[in-house]
Amino acid sequence: MSALQRIGAITGKELKQLSRDRLTFGMVIMIPLLQLLLFGYAINTVVRHVPIAVVDLSGSAAARAITEQVRVTQVVDIVASFDTPAEAEAAIVAGEIRAALVLPKNLTQRAVEGDVLGQWLVDGSDTMVGSAILALRTMPLHLEAGAPSGAYRPGDPSFEVALFFNPERRSEVNVVPGLTAIILTMTMILFTAIALVRERERGNLELLITTPVRSLELMVGKLVPYVFVGLVQITIVLGLGRTVFQIPFNGDMGSLAVITLAFIGASLSLGLLISTFAKTQMQAMQMTVFILMPSILLSGFMFPFEAMPKAAQYIAEILPATHFIRLIRGVFLRGADVSQLVPDTVWLLVFTVIMLAISTRRFRKSLD
Amino acid sequence: MPDPAIRAAGLTRHFGDVIAVEGVDLEIPHGQIYGFLGPNGSGKTTIIRMLCGLLTPTAGEVSVLGLDIPAQAETLRRQIGYMTQKFSLYDDLTVMENLQFLGRIQGLDGSARRKRIGELLERYNLVPMRERLAGAMSGGQRQRLALAAATLHEPTLLFLDEPTSAVDPENRRDFWEKLFDLSDAGTTILVSTHYMDEAERCHQLAILETGHLRKQGSPETLMQELDQRVVEVSGDNLRRVKERALQLPRVQSAAQLGLDLRVLLRPGSENPVDYLQQHLAQDDLAFNLARPSLEDVFVASTDTRVDR
Ligand SMILES: Nc1ncnc2c1ncn2[C@@H]1O[C@H](COP(=O)(O)OP(=O)(O)O)[C@@H](O)[C@H]1O
Ligand SMILES: [Mg+2]
Repeated sequence: MSALQRIGAITGKELKQLSRDRLTFGMVIMIPLLQLLLFGYAINTVVRHVPIAVVDLSGSAAARAITEQVRVTQVVDIVASFDTPAEAEAAIVAGEIRAALVLPKNLTQRAVEGDVLGQWLVDGSDTMVGSAILALRTMPLHLEAGAPSGAYRPGDPSFEVALFFNPERRSEVNVVPGLTAIILTMTMILFTAIALVRERERGNLELLITTPVRSLELMVGKLVPYVFVGLVQITIVLGLGRTVFQIPFNGDMGSLAVITLAFIGASLSLGLLISTFAKTQMQAMQMTVFILMPSILLSGFMFPFEAMPKAAQYIAEILPATHFIRLIRGVFLRGADVSQLVPDTVWLLVFTVIMLAISTRRFRKSLD
Repeated sequence: MPDPAIRAAGLTRHFGDVIAVEGVDLEIPHGQIYGFLGPNGSGKTTIIRMLCGLLTPTAGEVSVLGLDIPAQAETLRRQIGYMTQKFSLYDDLTVMENLQFLGRIQGLDGSARRKRIGELLERYNLVPMRERLAGAMSGGQRQRLALAAATLHEPTLLFLDEPTSAVDPENRRDFWEKLFDLSDAGTTILVSTHYMDEAERCHQLAILETGHLRKQGSPETLMQELDQRVVEVSGDNLRRVKERALQLPRVQSAAQLGLDLRVLLRPGSENPVDYLQQHLAQDDLAFNLARPSLEDVFVASTDTRVDR
């Protein structure tokens, strides 16, 4: 009973302080907005309306179908058509178009045999275009600009048509749910780490640890307010994702709430662990970045998990963000059912408990 | 109660190479105001922290209110109040919010808490400031708030670490009145200070220097039993006189105090007035044997050692 009273006291105090701390309060709102803008919009605009040309050597119905499929993705604008690859190449060199889709004579036969269908010629000098098309995960790139003509070898890199049949492969559909993992990793870890370190820096802790409050009560009391903060943030990101980026939501709210809470718990307890190591707020921030970087790079947010080297995959498996990205993409995009979500969710919960236990053990009520 | 409130034997704390506290023995009876007098860095804060169970001693034994510290520190925490040297309440909470928070942490429930906080606000003149942020208060107001917070749960033992360092003299006097009230009500108080006038008000005193306990006793006894002699010298050109006095082998220290020069002679100095008259021969100087003050005791007990 008195344990609950003490936890409540700490939570209440923390919420009051949070509401008076304009900077932190601003960060709660601004970090998701900024990240969403950076990752969501930047990629969104780059992916769309890349000027391209089509070189249709087959003149077949299949070619017209494929061209239409490409057009409706809105990733590209078909601004010209040429009769030969050489002409397209010249147009790329001249900067009139960024890429050209070459559809060979035997297109229909290739389609029947399940062979690669055509080839993209891409202006490799513009990495934005390169990554835009890479983000679509549709085709290998063929570097062309700057190279003399003849570097183009038909039948070399080719383009997989199947992906164009899936308009949901727009990258922001993958990016925005994944982004929640990055934003929560950043803010949840940082806020909790700083919240405790700040008490130590300001000397409040010396008073607090002379009171009957227990370590675990202190830890839990400090975490609770940030659970709400995390929920506010994910609501902002996914809400805007739905309205601004038209991300489809195929899952159910219950599963979304469960996996989100599990991930918030894991991130918060990781922040607590950091706070037991960090001596200053600066150190806490540096340690947060140390977790954040691999969370961005290895979690599957940036690069496909399966494409990473084994060692990187092992590291990624430790990071809560990896599991959450798997979960939220599953819930959000595929409408995955509970049984598919259990292993990763359980993993996050176990992680939370372990981190909380280590932090509580490490956080001795002493100044030694 | 025959048992002392605090007993420490051979209390020692090192921080790496730094010796913060070395071999301190203490016996502090119940119901007293016990003072730690020492300059900055003498180990006052470190000793208090060890007595509260916040720091683990490198060596030595501590028992506080019959509890073995640091092993039973958690039990002790319900019975002690600690006012830290640096203000440790929350700057971004109001007076009321700070007290409410600590009241809940200390396990006071609803009505008892409100009643107790009301009492404390009255007693420490904080009623008009109840909605003020702690960070926006003056040194004296913060100090009263900190004392209110430390006594919220009516502890039997109170640790006050340099409670008056950020406070003007008038507020200091008021503060000590409050301490005597608490003491009269039966609270044992351990207070550290580097002010002589405050030290003089304590029932018992420990003089600390660089982590060592130099002297222990009531201020009166310490002053009466001083082995050194004190001579007041008055006249002209006291700065020159002081320099010459400091050259004399029997002179331990000399310091100008108002219009007089206060000269401290080493223990066993016979006829100190004659000795000084003889060696500082100068027509216009007057020499008088003086009653030792606490400051003399302090200077005498901290200057003699050259160990460390
Ligand atoms: N946490 C610490 N780490 C290292 N040295 C310390 C620490 N705390 C105190 N000290 C050192 O111990 C000595 C005594 O300090 P302290 O107890 O704060 O003295 P006082 O309170 O009398 O000013 C000083 O030399 C101080 O620098
Ligand atoms: Mg101190």
